[in-house]
Amino acid sequence: MLILHCPNCGVMADETELTAGGEAHIKRETVGSDDAAFEQYLFQRENPRGVHFERWRHTSGCGKWFHAARCTASLEVFGTYPAQTVEPPKEITDKITAKRPGWSWRSFS
Amino acid sequence: MSEAVSALKSAEYQGFARVSECGLRGMITVRGDLASRKLTKAVEDATGQQMPKPRMVNTDGPSGIAWMSPDELLVMVPYADVTGKLAQIDKALAGEFAMAVNVSDARAVFALNGNAREVLAKLSPADMRRSALPAGEMRRTRLAQVPAAFFADADDAFTVVCFRSVAHYVFDLLKAASDPSSDVGYF
Ligand SMILES: [Zn+2]
Repeated sequence: MLILHCPNCGVMADETELTAGGEAHIKRETVGSDDAAFEQYLFQRENPRGVHFERWRHTSGCGKWFHAARCTASLEVFGTYPAQTVEPPKEITDKITAKRPGWSWRSFS
Repeated sequence: MSEAVSALKSAEYQGFARVSECGLRGMITVRGDLASRKLTKAVEDATGQQMPKPRMVNTDGPSGIAWMSPDELLVMVPYADVTGKLAQIDKALAGEFAMAVNVSDARAVFALNGNAREVLAKLSPADMRRSALPAGEMRRTRLAQVPAAFFADADDAFTVVCFRSVAHYVFDLLKAASDPSSDVGYF
C-alpha cells in the first residue's frame, strides 16, 4: 500500500484516498507550438523503472493537488512537495541523489 | 413553508457502539484566505469559537469551526440560526475574495458513542489511533465508497459528517461495522 504525506493538509494518506494525476512537471504547449511539441505534450510520457515524479490529488481528504517523488521499482517514497512548482525542490533531489546516485529523469538529475 | 427534516429523522442503532443521526445541523462552507484577519473575525464572531489550526476543529455544542483544507472552513451553527449567521458572515466578508454558502441541507451528521474508533477503522483508511487522531482533529477521508469527515471530542465520542444523498448508505455502514458480534477489540 502506497502511503503519501499530503503537504497541503499534513495527513499521511494511503492510495485509496488519493487519485493518481499522472506524470509531473509537464510543460503545457499552446498556440504557436509546433506539432512535435504538441506530440510531446499530449502523448510522450516517461515510464521509468526507478525514480519517477508524479502528480497526486488528495481526493477523499483536503481535495488538493501535490507532487510526489518515488521509486516505481521499490515503491520507496523520496518525498512529496507542493503543486505550485515547475521542478522538484532541491531538498527532494538531494534525497534522491543520496539514495540513487547518478539518477536522472527528463531534464532533472 | 415546508417542514425541514433530516435525512433519517434521528434514526438510531445500538451495537457495540451507538449510532445516532443527529437531525438538522446548520453548516456553512467558507472558502478564502484563512490567514485573512477579516475572514477570521467573520467566522469567529459567527460561532464564538476561535479559528482552528490546520486539521483542527473548535466546537462548543452545535457551534464550531473546522479546518477542511488550506482554503476551506466548515462553520457549524444551530440549524435555526443558519440563515442569519450566513447573512452576518456575508456582510463581514464584503470586499473580501471569499465565499460562504449554506450547505446544511446537503449534509447528514451522525454521532458515534462507544468504541467509535473501532467502527471507523473498519470503514476508512484513516489512522484511528488516539496518538494519530487526537480529540479535536477533523479527519477528512472516506467511509467505504463515499467521502466523509469525522472528529472526536474529549470523551472519544465521534461526530461523522457526510453528504445527505448518501446518509442511508453511511448509516448502514456504521450499523454493520458496529454489529455487537463484530468487535475486534483493537482500540
Ligand atoms: Zn491533503
